[in-house]
Amino acid sequence: MPRLFTNTRPTAIVSSLALVFALLCPLTGSADSKIRIMTATTDLASLAQEIGGDKVDVESVARGYQDPHFVDPKPSFLLKLSKAELLIVVGLELEIGWLPPLITQSSNPRIQVGAPGYFDASRFAKILELPTGQVTRAEGDVHPLGNPHYWLDPDNGLRIAKGIQNKLSEMRPNDAAYFAQRYDSFEQRLKQSEQQWQAQMKPYAGRKVVTYHRSWPNFAEHFGLNVVGYVEPRPGIPPSPQHTVELIGQMKRDGVKIIMVEPYFDLKTPNSIARDTGAQVVVLMPSVGGEKEITDYFKLFDYDIARLKKAFDETH
Amino acid sequence: MKRFAVLSVLLLFSSVSHAQNAPSDSAKNAVPSAGTDDARMKALEEQVRSLAGEVALLRSELKEFRESKSPEQLSSPQLLLASTHPQPGTLASVPAPAAPQTTQTQTFGGASGNAKLLNPDISLIGDFIGTAGRNNVSPSPSLQMHETEVGMQAIIDPYARADAFLSFGETGVNVEEAYITFTSLPAGLLLKVGKMRADFGKVNTIHNHALSFIDRPLVTNNLVGGEDGIDDAGLSLSRFLPAPKNWFLEGTAQVFRGDSDDLFTAYRRQDLSVVGHLRAYRDLSESTNLDLGLSYSRGNSAGLQTASNPSAFFTNLYAADTTLRWRPLRRAIYHSFLFRNEFFWSARDQLSLANAFQTQHAFGFYSSAEYRANRRWTIGGRFDRSGRATNASLTDTGFSGILTYWPSEFSQIRGQYRYGHLWDTSNDRFTNANEFLFQFLFVMGAHGAHPF
Repeated sequence: MPRLFTNTRPTAIVSSLALVFALLCPLTGSADSKIRIMTATTDLASLAQEIGGDKVDVESVARGYQDPHFVDPKPSFLLKLSKAELLIVVGLELEIGWLPPLITQSSNPRIQVGAPGYFDASRFAKILELPTGQVTRAEGDVHPLGNPHYWLDPDNGLRIAKGIQNKLSEMRPNDAAYFAQRYDSFEQRLKQSEQQWQAQMKPYAGRKVVTYHRSWPNFAEHFGLNVVGYVEPRPGIPPSPQHTVELIGQMKRDGVKIIMVEPYFDLKTPNSIARDTGAQVVVLMPSVGGEKEITDYFKLFDYDIARLKKAFDETH
Repeated sequence: MKRFAVLSVLLLFSSVSHAQNAPSDSAKNAVPSAGTDDARMKALEEQVRSLAGEVALLRSELKEFRESKSPEQLSSPQLLLASTHPQPGTLASVPAPAAPQTTQTQTFGGASGNAKLLNPDISLIGDFIGTAGRNNVSPSPSLQMHETEVGMQAIIDPYARADAFLSFGETGVNVEEAYITFTSLPAGLLLKVGKMRADFGKVNTIHNHALSFIDRPLVTNNLVGGEDGIDDAGLSLSRFLPAPKNWFLEGTAQVFRGDSDDLFTAYRRQDLSVVGHLRAYRDLSESTNLDLGLSYSRGNSAGLQTASNPSAFFTNLYAADTTLRWRPLRRAIYHSFLFRNEFFWSARDQLSLANAFQTQHAFGFYSSAEYRANRRWTIGGRFDRSGRATNASLTDTGFSGILTYWPSEFSQIRGQYRYGHLWDTSNDRFTNANEFLFQFLFVMGAHGAHPF
């Protein structure tokens, strides 16, 4: 083995590889006028689309029928994230199992945590279930920063939309008037729909319901439902026979007739509880895109409220 | 109590004066640009609103202060001032833009991890392993606290984050990884500096507790440096590469000091080792994907201190990996399947028994599959076959079956049966090893990302 050759080789390989990378790839960030937005979930994508209109390209990492706690950080998302100018996240550690590595590996300085292109929607929303005492995992997979399913309150949707409007205007000051007009239109339409939703839900105000996971506190608060129990004994812990028996007893005592289940949970336990209690299992969509027909934030509430209404009527 | 009253009065006074100052500045700006009475009214309204917001903020701040002084009054749920504290992970380095809407004071936003402030995310993972059965070739203790890994992760500044993992084993402490990642480099480059598990294949990058099996495949022990693998101090540069449609390509180049267990040794300062890795990934469908990799590594063969010029002895390692994953999105927490193969070729320069220069060409691979049957149970199997780096004519074979139970996301209980047909160097013959391994894993602290 010739000595000179072997000495220089490792560094030469590394530097030439680095050079090849640098040369092969055109610089990202073209002069495209549309703002490229990535969101963690479909609901945020829908809100961003409402405000951004045709000035933005929006895509969500998670699908509407997917459990947002458990998303695979697939490299295919990396390419999209590497080109994004704005990343909108739910926050409150909902995405902690999958988003941090995606953000780091995207090697996109614009969307790193704390950068101007990192938008944490929870900062604009009303958050429920903020733990006050000691937080331990004896409570299950608790969210120490509060319940992250806050988008299921239309008021929060409006607040987040306002935040998005400000952010987009900051990024494209020339289009600020456009975004303001889109926001006004969104607000107006949301308030109209809100009246209908409230009217539809009014007859059922105060009704007791059971949900699978703690996904619905904001929804329940907004529409006057009373969540009295959960199919999961603790957040993130699968149903146990003992807890199920207790829940059945409680539901019979309280006359609970509705079990709200997210589309990504197994229906076996909810169905058996329903059989024992005469209750009905209602699969509600926590996110836009959960079903094909739920194409935006409005249709999300249309769908869920229609389902709930039907179930309330049938069980009474 | 008296002192407290004085303090609160002071606080109130100072905050009121602050509240008076702050909006008057904005008013000065607003008024001249207004012109008409209408705009003036608007500006005034805005001012009143912002003042009201400030007062509400101060009130709650005062209330919180009082409550923290008198814990017996803590029974009522407390409002947390999210907007006045940095976000978790954002740290103070990047000032969160003060929300322009003054309505956003105390009730909106999460608790933001007040207690944590600038501390890194800290986690600890305990890994307890028990072994029963017979293995004369590589015996392990009956019961051992195999590893206790402490992880600390934080954002360092607007340009970088850092990750450190210290593993406390039975024999001492080892910095398994500690590196800074620069996330804001131009041209999409990602630079890591520190000690890290090299990007060589798949299993080499995975920490012990995140493996699909209790042990590492035979081929890791025979050809790729054992449990720690290629884990060394150095630099890593990676970047996405242009790829055909629907493919994702990533290239990584790494240079290390050249010391990795019994694999590489740096006899002189310039005896660096290198690793190159090319990853190709493609989504076959929403729930199925294919992950391919090619890796290369080169460094000076370890264990040649007696040779006259050990720096002339190299080990070249080549690897190819394939992973097929299936995970239906609607039932992601209940069902998944992973099929993974890794192939390794080793060309090791060494001294023969007759003290002459020779190169041993050894090959090894493993093939493994795991299936998540429901939310709590995962089953898996692995086939192992590998030559030995120092003597390629000796080929060890083995297989394993594993059952994992998940009480929750934060603990695992596993049992693994392992068979090995292994070369017993001391007796110069092959022997059979039949073992039963069990493992308890537990996680405390920060919620880490799931391995992919």
